[in-house]
Amino acid sequence: MADQVTVSRKAALTARGGSAEAILTPATAATRISLRAGAEALPALSAALGVTLPTRPKTSASSGQRHALWIGPDEWLVFDESEADLMAAAASSGTLHSAADISHRNVAVIVSGPGANVAINSGCPQDLSLAIFPVGGCSRTILGKAEIILFRTAEDQFRVECWRSFSPFVFGLLSEGAADAGY
Amino acid sequence: MLLIYCPYCEEERSELEFRGAGDAHIARPENIADITDEEFEEYFFLRQNPKGLIFERWRHIHGCGRFFNAARDTVSDRFYTTYKAGEPKPDVSDILQSEQNKGAAK
Ligand SMILES: [Zn+2]
Repeated sequence: MADQVTVSRKAALTARGGSAEAILTPATAATRISLRAGAEALPALSAALGVTLPTRPKTSASSGQRHALWIGPDEWLVFDESEADLMAAAASSGTLHSAADISHRNVAVIVSGPGANVAINSGCPQDLSLAIFPVGGCSRTILGKAEIILFRTAEDQFRVECWRSFSPFVFGLLSEGAADAGY
Repeated sequence: MLLIYCPYCEEERSELEFRGAGDAHIARPENIADITDEEFEEYFFLRQNPKGLIFERWRHIHGCGRFFNAARDTVSDRFYTTYKAGEPKPDVSDILQSEQNKGAAK
């Protein structure tokens, strides 16, 4: 009989990077769901998840370590930085919805510093001025050739979610942008 | 860079977030098994490709993911207006009239 081995999780990104203007840090592991639901399911889903699912474009809602980001009229990214079981929470709502566990499909890079917006704008066409993209604002968009979800967590800090296999590209492009952000 | 107003995100976004999806307001025949080959060809393949105003479907694929419709000028690439899927096709003369008014105001 084969011996059992315990495998350990291999992180897609480990190194910190960036520049003094824009520091790049791989985000800690999180649970994530891609949530689709109609308007009638939102009150029960929000109660079950413990965070009110936002219904306005580019807005988010947070409760402790849990965050719900508006992606489209019937689509949200919900993630939990304490790795709580979001699938179970959504299922307990008893509503008609679709929740796909994408905890390990995505990884995130935290971009922080006075040049965080400049670093991201090196590959992303969105207007990141505070009036247009305020703190708490979020959007699916692109960074170079990769699709990302951008979440502004502070005036000078963004969370950049991307698909795991794109993360070396995203981290590399952000590193280039971070290096340029000081000039 | 072309900016396209997404009626679901309610703001202008870069063309890089969008993908074109062909002509708009083409109704799929409800009796598609019964129509002739010529009628199917007309529905499925034949397009006007007009010079000037055209109604098209677009998808905000790297944004909210939604399909919507747009009135665009095929010569200047100018988007006259965009509107949500399922909303009625705007009146052509209204669009052209409002363009003339904008031109006169300049
Ligand atoms: Zn949109």
